[in-house]
Amino acid sequence: MPPAIKVENLSKAYQLGQIGTGTISRDLERWYARVRGKEDPFLRIGESNNQNTRSASDVVWSLKDINFEIEQGDAVGIIGRNGAGKSTLLKILSKVTAPTTGKISGKGRIASLLEVGTGFHPELSGRENIFLNGAILGMRKKEIQRKLEEIVDFAGIERYLDTPVKRYSSGMYVRLAFAVAAHLESEILIVDEVLAVGDAEFQKKCLGKMGEVSKGEGRTVLFVSHNMTAVLNLCSKGVMLKNGKVSFFGNISSTIEAYHNESQTSSLIIPRKNKKVYITDFYLVNDQNIKTTTISLHSYTKFVIKIFSKVAKQPVNVGYGIDDIYENRLFTLFSKFYGKTYSLKVGENIIECYISSMILKPNNYKIKIFVGNDFETLDYYEDGINFKVVPRENVFLELPDASQGSLVLNHYWS
Amino acid sequence: MEHKEEYNWTIEAKASLFDLRINEIWAYRDLLWLLVRRDFVSFYKQTILGPLWFFIQPLFTTIIFTFIFGNLAGISTDGLPKPLFYMAGITAWNYFADCLTKTSTVFKDNAGIFGKVYFPRLIMPLSIVASNLVRFGVQMLLFLLMMAYYYFIGAKFNITWAISLFPIIVILMALLGLGAGMIISAMTTKYRDLAFLVSFGVQLLMYATTVIYPLSEAIKKYPAYAWIIKYNPMTPIIETFRYGFLGEGSFSWESLGYACGVTLGLLVFGVVVFNKVERNFVDTI
Repeated sequence: MPPAIKVENLSKAYQLGQIGTGTISRDLERWYARVRGKEDPFLRIGESNNQNTRSASDVVWSLKDINFEIEQGDAVGIIGRNGAGKSTLLKILSKVTAPTTGKISGKGRIASLLEVGTGFHPELSGRENIFLNGAILGMRKKEIQRKLEEIVDFAGIERYLDTPVKRYSSGMYVRLAFAVAAHLESEILIVDEVLAVGDAEFQKKCLGKMGEVSKGEGRTVLFVSHNMTAVLNLCSKGVMLKNGKVSFFGNISSTIEAYHNESQTSSLIIPRKNKKVYITDFYLVNDQNIKTTTISLHSYTKFVIKIFSKVAKQPVNVGYGIDDIYENRLFTLFSKFYGKTYSLKVGENIIECYISSMILKPNNYKIKIFVGNDFETLDYYEDGINFKVVPRENVFLELPDASQGSLVLNHYWS
Repeated sequence: MEHKEEYNWTIEAKASLFDLRINEIWAYRDLLWLLVRRDFVSFYKQTILGPLWFFIQPLFTTIIFTFIFGNLAGISTDGLPKPLFYMAGITAWNYFADCLTKTSTVFKDNAGIFGKVYFPRLIMPLSIVASNLVRFGVQMLLFLLMMAYYYFIGAKFNITWAISLFPIIVILMALLGLGAGMIISAMTTKYRDLAFLVSFGVQLLMYATTVIYPLSEAIKKYPAYAWIIKYNPMTPIIETFRYGFLGEGSFSWESLGYACGVTLGLLVFGVVVFNKVERNFVDTI
């Protein structure tokens, strides 16, 4: 079977800066170059989209030579940092904008959900908006008529069906908008980060509906989200974009891992030269003995710290406080708990500590570092160093949600 | 087996200028109808007078024109009752002007929708022309009521055979507004200057069209400059409209044919330009 979507050498260039009166001369120049059969002077091939550096030309390649194929029935998560080209890719796939070069071919009807509720008119009633929005998404009137009851049911707005949507609560509005889109019959579904809205319960329902779509009905789903748990739950494959290029394509969990390894450089600590003793480096090492900021759930983790000391110092304790992103202390690793003290020699000292199993549930965390003893704090890294715990495949069907705590302990049921 | 044949759509960087995808527009015909309905319903939601507002604007314009141009300036109306003469011009002109101005901002007004979901973009200008047609219909009703009133009080006017050209005139006005509007809309995606020009340009254009004076009068008073008015494609349309309904006006097949030619030319050019811009305008608007 041929792939459902085939992307070949796809590129998209954008112009930076002002688009206005200055462009008319440029347009003429372009046009003249085309007439002579020359290459467009403002599209230089070979420049990549790095947002941090200024480039000589004011054209950026938001996507550059993208190639991949998606099989029918696959649910593919597209991940990458902000500005990696995810949205551009989706825009081109949904025909909102045309590529600069390259080609996409595919089969089947595409439903694209870059936004929910596109074209909703505040003055019109829920019912009228269902029809209008459905038609904008490409449904025929008869088709909407057939599904009206199901849509209203899914959104749970039966009482308000004939009320103008401007009187809806924002939650109802989003539910209605998503319900219309979710009932669109299509072979290919493209979803941008539309689930960021709506309450947790409805988000679950939507994810469920989308999962049903891809797993149950053999539809192809392309999903962009920063919510890695959602991506992991929903998708079987992943495409990772970086600076407009495909930097990883494979199964979803390895894509997510690649993304995490990529997205966070181990944040180095600013040297504090005015202190007698200061931290020069800190990093995590995973079970493969690789420096990382991403740890798989229940895996071996080593904490390595480098301390520079101008004088010989003892006794010294090292402590790590692990906080969640809301600054709640989850646990503390402290050499003092074990009665272990270190004697620092002049120069660099390396101290290692490991845990056999990372029991924090997949999420983002911070490590605060303490170096000192009962009488003085030699160095304290208060800002914290970020790290991430990612799920491990095929162990847990579900992970604890916010109300179920932060730890995942191995446990065994009879 | 060759895989390529199984794909039923492709997205490519370059598309043919004349690939208008008419079948796609046909597939979205329900959307066209729903958009027209939306425009109509949302126009009078939460208003007391509702669709009556469609009457008020041409009615008041007619009254003002009658006072200023008819009575104060004393411009001839070819012997027709003044309000009737102006109402005929305003009704027809309004339809064309509404089609033109609304179409010319179609990309700007719908950037939100266009940037998020794909449907044949031509649907939008078509829906504008169609929903203005509803408005035009209502205003025509007002015009007919006025005709009936003047008939009963025994004013001098007579309906001629040219009234049978009415459907053609309506189509011409719609397509002329659509064609010119699409050209402007395509150009304004990059250069906003034209958008400013349109709003007062349409007003100026009205004075270069025979809305408030008959063509015969213009030829009589300014024989050297009457060609400007004559070559304005809206002039033969309005003259034919007046000739058909009121029996006065300079009608000729040549000038109507000329208007048809200009309309067709602008329309074809407009659709092609619109289709070209439509593919990438999201990046520049």
